[in-house]
Amino acid sequence: MNGLFQQDVNQETFILNLGPQHPATHGVLRVKLEMDGEYIVDAEPVLGYIHRMHEKMGENRTWAQFLPNCGRMDYLSALSYNHGYVAAVERAAGIEVPERAEYLRVITVELNRISSHLLWFGAFVLDLGGFTPLLYAFDDREQILDLLESVTGSRLTYCYFRFGGVYNDIDDSFITGTREFIKRLRKRMPMYDALVTKNIILIKRLKDIGPISKDMARRYGATGPVARGSGIDFDVRKHEPYSVYSEFDFDIPVYEEGDSMARYMVRMDEIEQSMRIIEQALDKLPEGEIQPKKAVKLVKPEKGDYYHAVEAARGSFGVRIVSDGTNSAYRLKLRSPTYSNLSLFGEASRGMLLPDALALMGSLDLVIPEIDR
Amino acid sequence: MPEPFRVILFIIFVMAFAGLNAAYLVWCERKGAGHIQRRIGPKEVGPFGLLQPIADGIKLMTKQLFLPKGADPLLFMAAPLMVMVPAIMSFMVIPFSETFVAREVNIGLLMIFAFASVNVLGLLLGGWGSGNKYAVIAAARCVSQNIAYEIPMLVTTITMVMVTNTMNLNEIVRAQAGWFFHWHIFRLDISLLMPVAFLIFFVCSLAETNRAPFDMAEAESELIAGAYTEYPGMGFGVFFMGEYANIVIGCALSVILFLGGWQSPIPFHPVGFLGVIWGLFWFLTKLYALIFTVIWIRWTYPRTQFYELLNLSWKVLIPISLFNLILTALQIKIFPWL
Amino acid sequence: MLLAKIKEALNSLYEDIQEVPEAPAAAEAEVAAAETAPETETAPAPEAQAEEGEPAAGEGEAETEEAEEPAAPPGLKETDYKAKGYHLDVDLPPEKVVAAAEILNRENFFIEAITGVDWIDDQQLEVVYDFNHFDELCRVVIRSRLDRSNPEIPTISHIYQGANWHERETHDFFGITFTGHPNLEPLLLPEDADFHPLLKDFKA
Repeated sequence: MNGLFQQDVNQETFILNLGPQHPATHGVLRVKLEMDGEYIVDAEPVLGYIHRMHEKMGENRTWAQFLPNCGRMDYLSALSYNHGYVAAVERAAGIEVPERAEYLRVITVELNRISSHLLWFGAFVLDLGGFTPLLYAFDDREQILDLLESVTGSRLTYCYFRFGGVYNDIDDSFITGTREFIKRLRKRMPMYDALVTKNIILIKRLKDIGPISKDMARRYGATGPVARGSGIDFDVRKHEPYSVYSEFDFDIPVYEEGDSMARYMVRMDEIEQSMRIIEQALDKLPEGEIQPKKAVKLVKPEKGDYYHAVEAARGSFGVRIVSDGTNSAYRLKLRSPTYSNLSLFGEASRGMLLPDALALMGSLDLVIPEIDR
Repeated sequence: MPEPFRVILFIIFVMAFAGLNAAYLVWCERKGAGHIQRRIGPKEVGPFGLLQPIADGIKLMTKQLFLPKGADPLLFMAAPLMVMVPAIMSFMVIPFSETFVAREVNIGLLMIFAFASVNVLGLLLGGWGSGNKYAVIAAARCVSQNIAYEIPMLVTTITMVMVTNTMNLNEIVRAQAGWFFHWHIFRLDISLLMPVAFLIFFVCSLAETNRAPFDMAEAESELIAGAYTEYPGMGFGVFFMGEYANIVIGCALSVILFLGGWQSPIPFHPVGFLGVIWGLFWFLTKLYALIFTVIWIRWTYPRTQFYELLNLSWKVLIPISLFNLILTALQIKIFPWL
Repeated sequence: MLLAKIKEALNSLYEDIQEVPEAPAAAEAEVAAAETAPETETAPAPEAQAEEGEPAAGEGEAETEEAEEPAAPPGLKETDYKAKGYHLDVDLPPEKVVAAAEILNRENFFIEAITGVDWIDDQQLEVVYDFNHFDELCRVVIRSRLDRSNPEIPTISHIYQGANWHERETHDFFGITFTGHPNLEPLLLPEDADFHPLLKDFKA
């Protein structure tokens, strides 16, 4: 516990239920807080309010039938989840993916990552009491949704990837639209910078608030922007390059401070990096098929277990498949990044003031359906 | 006009003014927020959504008045009134124009501050009486916030009383007659820190009325709705009206003390009925410009942290306002002819 | 190389078994399998260590063979990363898992996930731990088989605090008891849940 705030042990504490319906939890998360006045003595997240047992569904459905489920866990970066699942099955069944399809996957996933970070940005500032940036961020996000809708056919719960490729090819209007969007967002980022990032109130609320040390991030298995904000240079896209990520030149923003501001800055910088990847991918986009020549009809991976991780917007999303050689999974484990990221909240928030703890919670970028699965 | 009749007329006017202001400031707020956020805002009910406040009012009034379990019925019911009534009382001494004032009380300033303190009590009792943990936290915040901000506000006010030699609001306005540079905010010859004093007063009135970025007592992303969490229907509605009435009072005081009240920026003041209208026009223009600024601030900035808020008051505003007090006293003593 | 280092360190766990074969929890059925382990396993393990540069092609097959055997002997294998997605596959008796976690913790690994697999045909439950490293690509999988009628395994949540939730989740879904766990309450399931939905004989 933070020594500064440690008070008399005999002090009366009370239990405060944050959620399951509370404006700051962005969904049905409940946090049981033991409070001493406005100081948090102990925090215990209570999960499971939107638990749907996707892992059991994976056992009961064929490999292909599970695809739509992927979009319904992390509904903000559904394509990363699509990617993780199809990549794991492709690894298990040894399916080759044409290069163009890999490029399309990267482009759409990165667009989705930007939209997820934009929404997080708005919602996070909303947590801090600033209303307007949310609407601005939605304005930009809307453009991405329109673009993705034109290729994938849906706006939120995408089911775009197929085993061995993608479902639909992009056309010229998508390419020009994406380039225009990148130009537009590059113009808008300085505005966000001036309106939010450089705002003294925001800086005071985030600097040195909610520190997560390198060691704490490791012990809890935190990944994604949470780990990178704690000075850990870990991004699955670089660390264990999958798909065609090794062909692009991009940086992994890492901040050493470990406070909420660092996590904020990581995500803001990642938007720019994702735009760089998309631009390069559009430049290099090869011609060719988007599905294997021989269509993948029946997927029957060999017996054994397989693992594949991808970098979702919130961290490392891993899929562990245990196959018994039939056309459905024997066991399907989905490792969701926020589950691990949230688990450190109890330790990290100890001794904090309630509003600071909520700033910390916002900076973890929680998507509850992904935690509960 | 006989005196009792005049006062009754004014009470009716003030209540209508407070009620209309509350209703239409909500509309302004929503419309303003809409345009700041690049959307339209209310537009369905009536032209430009102008009937929206009435629809809102009907909705609030038809809601069940519900007393939560564990709440103190007396405190719970009385609290909204304790916010609303003092705010309306304060209007009685506000000079809308030179002769357009209900009662020209020679301790008008003191009276407003006395009533403003009751407002805090209302929020405290409301929060405490609802028996909700979030509301209690909000009530505790509200009290420490108001104590912290009342001090620099009062110190600044004392400075102004020293300058004008009166607590009669109308006299304070009359002291600023002439060109706009005779308004107190521009009178660097009285005190070099006058614009700063205005800023302190304005910031304090934001904090006193629990407006963003100091809306600790409401803080919807932390405390759900703070002290108002348990209030249904019109209980909440009255709180809400009281809050807006307080904003109007706070901004009106800023206008009177620093921005020349009903004085026009040029030394021209027609006599008779036209003069009343002329003064009213300038007073309301300045008042609503300030209120718009309040709304603008709310939709631009995130909320401060609670200890930052107290730090700002104790470590910045109070020392500066005290310094300003001393500086003004010295300037008055050394250059008495100014 | 981190991989070689961690492999050597984990190998020491098996030597330990060789020295005192009957020592840990003789009552458990697992130990019978563990006892036979040293003869079969320690021999190939140093061999693999010597030629760590090129993962043996036959290992994937060995893995599948092993899965079919009812009581798989504990083993430590390097796997083909491209095919499997992880580098090191460590099969340990349950009482050795804590020691393995300590070794991995010393080498600054982080925990990705803990999960279970229900091998109902073998009447066994498997606990699978996924570890990964922040600086170098090295995924280590630790697995341990438990008796299905009384699945118990010591907790590692005192070493990796992140394991706390993963173990609670595994307890929810499979009914595996993590002994020494501070708070083995249902996490994702309702707080009064007494069913374990990922068991293969679970009927809704």
